[in-house]
Amino acid sequence: MTTTSQRTLPGHVEANPRLGTWISVADGIVEVHVGKVELGQGILTALHQIAADALGLPPERVRIRTARTESGPDQGLTAGSMSVQETAPALRYVGAAVRQLAEVGDAGRSVVSRRSQSDLLNHQGDPSQSDLLNHQGDPSQSDLLNHQGDRSQSDLLNHQDDRLNQQGDLLNHAEITDYVDRIGGLNPETNLAGLDVVGHAGPTLVVGTDLPRVDIPDKVLGRPRFVSDLRPPGLMHGRVLRPPSAAASLRAVPEGWAAPGVELVRDGSFLGVVGEREDDVDRALAALAAAAVWDEHDTLPDEDDLAGWLRSAASDPTEVAVDVVPERTRTATYSKPYLVHASIAPSCAMARWAEDGAAVHVWSHSQGIHRLRLAIADALGLDLEAVSLEHAENAGCYGHNGADDAAFDAVLLARAVPGRPVLLRWSRADELGWAPLSPAMTSTVSARLVDGRIDGWSYDVWSQGHASRPGYAGHPGLLATAHVAGGTPLPPASDPPGPSFGSLRNAVPLYDVGPRAITGHVVTEAPLRASAMRSLGGFFNVFAIESFLDELAAEAGLDPVELRLAHLTDPRARAVVERVADESAWGSALPESVGRGMGFARYKNLGAYCAIVAEVEAGTELRVRRLVIAADLGLVINPDGARNQLSGGAVQATSWTTVERVRFDRRRVTSTDWETYSILRFPTAPRVDVHLLDSDQPPLGAGECAQGPTAAAIANAVHAALGVRVRDLPLTSEAIVRAIEESP
Amino acid sequence: MTAFTVNGVRVEVDRPDDTPLLTVLRDALGLVGSRFGCGQGLCGACMVLLDGKAVPSCDIPLWQVADADVVTVEGLAAEGPNPVQQSLIRHQAAQCGYCLSGIVVAATAFLDQEPEPSAEQVAQALERNLCRCGTHQRIVQAVLDARSGAPA
Ligand code: FES
Ligand code: FES
Repeated sequence: MTTTSQRTLPGHVEANPRLGTWISVADGIVEVHVGKVELGQGILTALHQIAADALGLPPERVRIRTARTESGPDQGLTAGSMSVQETAPALRYVGAAVRQLAEVGDAGRSVVSRRSQSDLLNHQGDPSQSDLLNHQGDPSQSDLLNHQGDRSQSDLLNHQDDRLNQQGDLLNHAEITDYVDRIGGLNPETNLAGLDVVGHAGPTLVVGTDLPRVDIPDKVLGRPRFVSDLRPPGLMHGRVLRPPSAAASLRAVPEGWAAPGVELVRDGSFLGVVGEREDDVDRALAALAAAAVWDEHDTLPDEDDLAGWLRSAASDPTEVAVDVVPERTRTATYSKPYLVHASIAPSCAMARWAEDGAAVHVWSHSQGIHRLRLAIADALGLDLEAVSLEHAENAGCYGHNGADDAAFDAVLLARAVPGRPVLLRWSRADELGWAPLSPAMTSTVSARLVDGRIDGWSYDVWSQGHASRPGYAGHPGLLATAHVAGGTPLPPASDPPGPSFGSLRNAVPLYDVGPRAITGHVVTEAPLRASAMRSLGGFFNVFAIESFLDELAAEAGLDPVELRLAHLTDPRARAVVERVADESAWGSALPESVGRGMGFARYKNLGAYCAIVAEVEAGTELRVRRLVIAADLGLVINPDGARNQLSGGAVQATSWTTVERVRFDRRRVTSTDWETYSILRFPTAPRVDVHLLDSDQPPLGAGECAQGPTAAAIANAVHAALGVRVRDLPLTSEAIVRAIEESP
Repeated sequence: MTAFTVNGVRVEVDRPDDTPLLTVLRDALGLVGSRFGCGQGLCGACMVLLDGKAVPSCDIPLWQVADADVVTVEGLAAEGPNPVQQSLIRHQAAQCGYCLSGIVVAATAFLDQEPEPSAEQVAQALERNLCRCGTHQRIVQAVLDARSGAPA
């Protein structure tokens, strides 16, 4: 990787060709501006590593600045496991250009010392964060905070990758300072697209190491870090009173309604309160909820027959394979319920309008602040220049949750108090009941087996679309736009074209199955709001396909691993399947009522390869004891971070697979707290072992590839343990009992 | 006025009696380390030590802490990161990390009671703390290693 010459212009540099958009220098540190955002996946640390190597600098001389609309590149969404794939080539190109322009010479020139690691831990108020986080609203409280993190931090780190200690052909301190100065002197208007960049790719010193995450100390020590921690002078708090059900409209708020310490904001069926004190706004919200009168209607489908509803609702077919398939010998149908992102933090945002009401600035944990900016401007009929945004972290979102909606809510509330920043936070109930859901899905899969080989395959899947982000379908797509006076209903979610997006993600098996007929049916009705959640349709399609593969293996009398290998030609796919079989001691004896099952997929059929073996214990409760993961992620930027993400994805998918289900009646979502919407807890979380395959292929995102294989591995393990095939998620004890009763 | 002690400092707060302690900490006292997750006592993100016991601060009305001793996640780092905090950092036991404030508090209180726990006991002790990112295993390991200061 050290000597590849870089001549092709990466897409994100072509779209953002100005040098100063990517690079600036402040206080002897090179600031690298990126359009990707931290969602808890550690992306800023991975990009930090890539940038340090690309520039040939030690990591402590580089700082990542996160997305703002006024400066820095527009890199679209932070989604779909694309951040490293899209950003690494851009940073390497920019780094090569900088080294060329600053005449620092070629690869291998970098200083990385032991010291640089402990310095990272001492970041006080990581500069990628808004300056406002460092404001202490009331200085008299400063002794309560006791921020003295420095004292024992330097020995907290014992990651000492050998490469980080090498002191060979490296720039010394003075040379680095000189180099950074020269970078500072470069013309920010330089057009990167107009350069003939021939430089080398830079060293590989920081990439591939377990550089500690820059954001973790703040989070462990309880420092201000999240959007909800912003405390600018003059802060006000805001709350929105959402309608009591999906299709409700406001009939009345009693004439003259008022509550102490707050201002009422009303626009059509959009209701909210703004006040100085958080407890005042919370009390006022409760009072307003009791006082408001709504018209409500039953509009939701029968939650106990979602598959029936999906198959009979109006839908648009998309055929991705249309071979003539011979008569098939085995057929099965599968289903999954609605799920919800269920971020541990409710959505939150801060907005401040200029005193004259002409422009608004927004702090948001959106995955795409540029699109959100367009959507806000569009919704309010403002010039784009009147709206600016910057990213501020919140808890993990795992897809399109309420982040964008909350930003617009904050804008609407703050409009009532120009000049004042308003911090808006959703309730837990709103987060679970009003954020877009991961849609319910169902599929029918059939195949023909001839002498142990699959020869003919058909697959039909029904789902609402998986995309309703701001600006999709020509609509701002922000929740409150449907509630304000004269607002329009949100359009149904759709699937962007192409088999890798949405309902059909991973619907095409990677296996050689002979002639295939594969069709997606995107339901165009939208009684419940749906959008993108981690891996989109891939979670369900892989669950269905990989469950069915085990059914075929049983019918053919073959071991599931054997059947998979017999139908896989891609060597990287075979390698992860073989590796996970090895690491999990596939085939070795297990105790009574314990079963082992496998699931495999290449995410989107063009991303990371991931094979998982689950071990489940089927006693009175189903317990996933252990997951063994083998993944090929191409070149791994930060192995520890990749393991963390893979394992987190698999544990979350275990939760989706075994306990989660959005509940509703014919009018409203009823699973609106942590008791009615259960997720996996500490005592039932599985042990996870992750094995990364060595590779120097281009990096592939790790965040979503484990979702589908986990579900399939668990379902297959349940079958191995009990001999019963459960085809409807979640795999609860009740579902298992039902499947036993229904089995022939 | 309600008077109590936070992180060793005597404070007086002028908010109605029914104001949740979490709101008092975050909004009246500027101590934002305790995070809001549900406001219903069901997720653990807001946990603090109340007279040494880990409790969800969103579920405790102000009147109940009169003259009590409250320690927040910030207070646990008053002398530098405590052993649980050090171990969590050493293990890089976070994804989004929003759950961690409450987990630091719950685990610290638990280790005071049970200095030599098993992994199962740690997991059981964190039963009331939700982590949506699936970081459970690393967190449990970090808490186990906090006892001994054992390396990651
Ligand atoms: S915010 Fe207090 S328990 Fe959830
Ligand atoms: S790390 Fe995100 S909720 Fe625990």
